[in-house]
Amino acid sequence: MAKLRYAEALNRALREEMQRDPLVFLFGEDIGSYGGVFKVTRGLMDEFGAARVRDTPISEQTLTAMAVSAAMAGSRPVLEIMYADFMPLTLDALINQASIYEYIWADQVRMPFVLRTQGGGGAGAGAQHSKSLDSLVAHIPGLKAVAPATPWDAYGLLKSAIRDPGPVIFLEHKLLYNMRDEVPDGEETVPLGRARLVREGTDVSIIASSRMVHESLLAADRLAGEGIAAEVVDLRSLRPLDLDTLLGSVARTHHAVVVNEGWRFCGYAAEVSATLMDHAFDDLDAPVARVTMPDLPIPYSEPLERAVLPGPDEIVAAVRRTVA
Amino acid sequence: MMTNGPSVDEQIEIYRKMVVVRRMEEALGALHKQGGTRGPIHRCDGQEAVGVGATAMLRSSDQVTSTHRGHAHYIGKGLDVHRVVAEILGKETGYCRGRAGHMLVASAADGLVGGNAIVGAGIPAATGIALSLQLQGRDDVAMCLFGDGAAQTGICHESMNIAALWKLPVIFLLEHNQYGLTVHHAAQSSVADLSVRAAGYAMPAEIVDGNDSVAVYIAAANAVERARSGGGPTLIEAKTYRLEGFSTSDMGGYQDEAEIALWRARDPLTVARARLAGEIDTEVLDGLEADAAQVVDDAFAAALADPPPEFELHPASAAYSGGA
Ligand SMILES: Cc1ncc(C[n+]2csc(CCOP(=O)(O)OP(=O)(O)O)c2C)c(N)n1
Ligand SMILES: [Mg+2]
Repeated sequence: MAKLRYAEALNRALREEMQRDPLVFLFGEDIGSYGGVFKVTRGLMDEFGAARVRDTPISEQTLTAMAVSAAMAGSRPVLEIMYADFMPLTLDALINQASIYEYIWADQVRMPFVLRTQGGGGAGAGAQHSKSLDSLVAHIPGLKAVAPATPWDAYGLLKSAIRDPGPVIFLEHKLLYNMRDEVPDGEETVPLGRARLVREGTDVSIIASSRMVHESLLAADRLAGEGIAAEVVDLRSLRPLDLDTLLGSVARTHHAVVVNEGWRFCGYAAEVSATLMDHAFDDLDAPVARVTMPDLPIPYSEPLERAVLPGPDEIVAAVRRTVA
Repeated sequence: MMTNGPSVDEQIEIYRKMVVVRRMEEALGALHKQGGTRGPIHRCDGQEAVGVGATAMLRSSDQVTSTHRGHAHYIGKGLDVHRVVAEILGKETGYCRGRAGHMLVASAADGLVGGNAIVGAGIPAATGIALSLQLQGRDDVAMCLFGDGAAQTGICHESMNIAALWKLPVIFLLEHNQYGLTVHHAAQSSVADLSVRAAGYAMPAEIVDGNDSVAVYIAAANAVERARSGGGPTLIEAKTYRLEGFSTSDMGGYQDEAEIALWRARDPLTVARARLAGEIDTEVLDGLEADAAQVVDDAFAAALADPPPEFELHPASAAYSGGA
């Protein structure tokens, strides 16, 4: 099995899907000759030409609306929005267009497009280039949202996303692009809507996605030293949620801590927490805890940015409170 | 309407500030190489004549909106070099206490609100400021410095239409440095000269040599006079060039060496010095350059020694999120 960086795994998925399906095309800012500012589309313009791998002007609102309508017209667009912080510019196309047509037009149209973007803090990129806006996209009915934590999932989920008959928002993380790990050799996909049990444990379920999975694993190591056996669940799909895996885990551990890099109020962790309350109230021995960003913009200066980003310290503390 | 060029004294001050900006950019580049900076830094070497020349005749009560590449705008608008450098280095003594970083610097007291890392966002911002100035009956103006990439956004079109429709006191100062990130303007725009678009709003427009600070000054001064006297907005397209790549994370490879050499030969500092050489002694110019370099050295020495900020939970966080 080959070891690839997360960015390379995404690149391979794009290449294979473009080879497989001539309807797939890529567009976005700086993705063509430069190969993307995070190098995810490197080499693809050379291989597939400038018609199928298109550099665009800075026009996120229009580009997203075009992805929706081009998909409706029969193409399979994959749009790159350079930073998740620019997602607010795409929202009319997602909320008032993509989200409504399939249902309102009574299944006459389909919109098989993928919107790839990357978020997350920790790179000193400041308040407009560091956000995690999971809840913003996961909030929208009619859209799927995935957030891979590993090269394997980046590869397998992107292939599934491109093949999916509906819109998929694909959330990458800037601090994961250089992570190197195994990726299957074959044309294996990872299904949308399935979580992954990353580490088994009996005392508490730590539920996370994207980079927070790795922070949760560090926390679990530390907790093991204190005699607390933490289970770590990687959601992979933010919407739809894999209820079976979540409920199975909580039924075993009776405690849950939800970790999300985004804001707290009306945040993604709040949704998971409420979902557990809806379905697993009888299994829970303590209220579900949340570990998130505080409700602040992400500051630039290193000590400030470090203070607002959730990490192992915050996760360990939340677990201790929960199982106490 | 015709405004005389800057006086010799004004030209000297413009030149001094341009040298300050250049030395600052070079010092940041050097510090970045040593690992002493954090996050990407967007230098404006080669564009000093635009940022400094266009803001030289503004009052501190005139309002400027800037971009992710704003160092010349900051210094041009009269901000203190030490506090700018301190903000770029994420220090407590910076204009925004290290929260903003180099792309988002603001100094309300100096009429700079502010840097912006969402491309295009400064354009409607300046338009809204101009509306308020008009409604308040002030004879201050708003100036928006923005790039050729930003000119392709939808909000640019919407802002210019509204500004012309309502005769708002705003100057749209387009800093055309030939690239939006890695994409050449020919691949971003259907027209070579973006100023032709002003005709669509019945707005006066002109193209100036953006590497000649005097030419930029004259064009801006005329536009400022028009705006102050109720004549409405102007679009100025200053043709210039970005000599040091998109940012410190630029991997290069897309700019033509011959093109760079051509523009380097027309370095705005060389152009300004040559003009002044006819008016004042060489020793005076040399002394002025040495003083400017000293100001920058002192600013860096002080900022590097300044304390980092300490994290405190902002009241806005607790108030809106209902507590931890
Ligand atoms: C809305 C938005 N889209 C994309 C980006 C990423 N980005 C940052 S700067 C830039 C290019 C801007 O070009 P231009 O306006 O010409 O400014 P320059 O960098 O040349 O000074 C891009 C695409 C962004 N910051 N904001
Ligand atoms: Mg530009």
